[in-house]
Amino acid sequence: MATEEHSEGGLVFHPLDQFIVEPLFGNGPVHWYTPTNLTLWMGFALLAIVAVFVLGSRGRAVIPTRLQSIGELIYGFIYKMVEDVCGKDGVKYFPYIMTLFLFILFSNYLALIPMSYSPTSMIAVTAILGFGVFFAVTILGFVKNGPAFLGLFWMSDAPALLRPIIAVIEVISYFVRPVSHSIRLAGNIMAGHAVLKVFAGFAALTLVSPVAIFGIVAIYGLEVLVCGIQAYVFTILTCVYLKDALHPAH
Amino acid sequence: MEGELAHIGAGLAAIGSGAAAIGVGTVAGNYLAGALRNPSAAAGQTATLFIGLAFAEALGIFAFLVSLLLMFAV
Repeated sequence: MATEEHSEGGLVFHPLDQFIVEPLFGNGPVHWYTPTNLTLWMGFALLAIVAVFVLGSRGRAVIPTRLQSIGELIYGFIYKMVEDVCGKDGVKYFPYIMTLFLFILFSNYLALIPMSYSPTSMIAVTAILGFGVFFAVTILGFVKNGPAFLGLFWMSDAPALLRPIIAVIEVISYFVRPVSHSIRLAGNIMAGHAVLKVFAGFAALTLVSPVAIFGIVAIYGLEVLVCGIQAYVFTILTCVYLKDALHPAH
Repeated sequence: MEGELAHIGAGLAAIGSGAAAIGVGTVAGNYLAGALRNPSAAAGQTATLFIGLAFAEALGIFAFLVSLLLMFAV
């Protein structure tokens, strides 16, 4: 494997070592119930959400405190997004979308703390989120519209000759959705953190260390941006898929 | 020999990242061009912009994942 080749000289640590799931206590095998660094940081994300939203809204002040206005900003932002994309009848599903957004946003931002683990860089975590959205939306579409949901694949305003071909392409793209939905998030976060670690490796070389430290700061700034944007993108794509399920007619 | 070929393949797969960069640049540049012509309509299209950026970027991430798989999993 590549790790043995690099062990003499070059990188002291491997840039992808940060994504290894390890048990918190001991070195035993990882079962589904084992507390690992992954579950620890997911727990921290939940605690942070509770801290902002429960503690922040405790006062119910007319003039909001700082914490309360953060919570109100996030709530209003997501509420407006759901309303704009899905329409009035999509607002019923707002709690689900808000939950997804908060979990992704907070685990992305907590992962920017040095030495932390990023839950959203793990494909298993994002695949559960992505496939959860896929199944929820598909079942919802059939429950709401019955067989008319299949009209999503049948472009009635396309030329009659092209309709079957477009239908095949639409079906394929529909089933690729959950894959791209989850890999986009995991890949972005993983790539960003790996780049940070590579620049951290350059900092060990005295000749380029000033450049490398400047580079780390710049990349870190970019990562702060990417973390927010990826949470936003995941959420707005969920809204778009939900809109397709609620109003399948093109 | 096989390992070296996998590394060459990983390098070739990384070309996809550059292609995705072209795509992201096209999306953002066209958005900016449109927004400067009609600034009042720009605010309503930010969601579309981000969706377009995400679709273009996802393909670059796929290429990155393929090269990672070739480096460490094959």
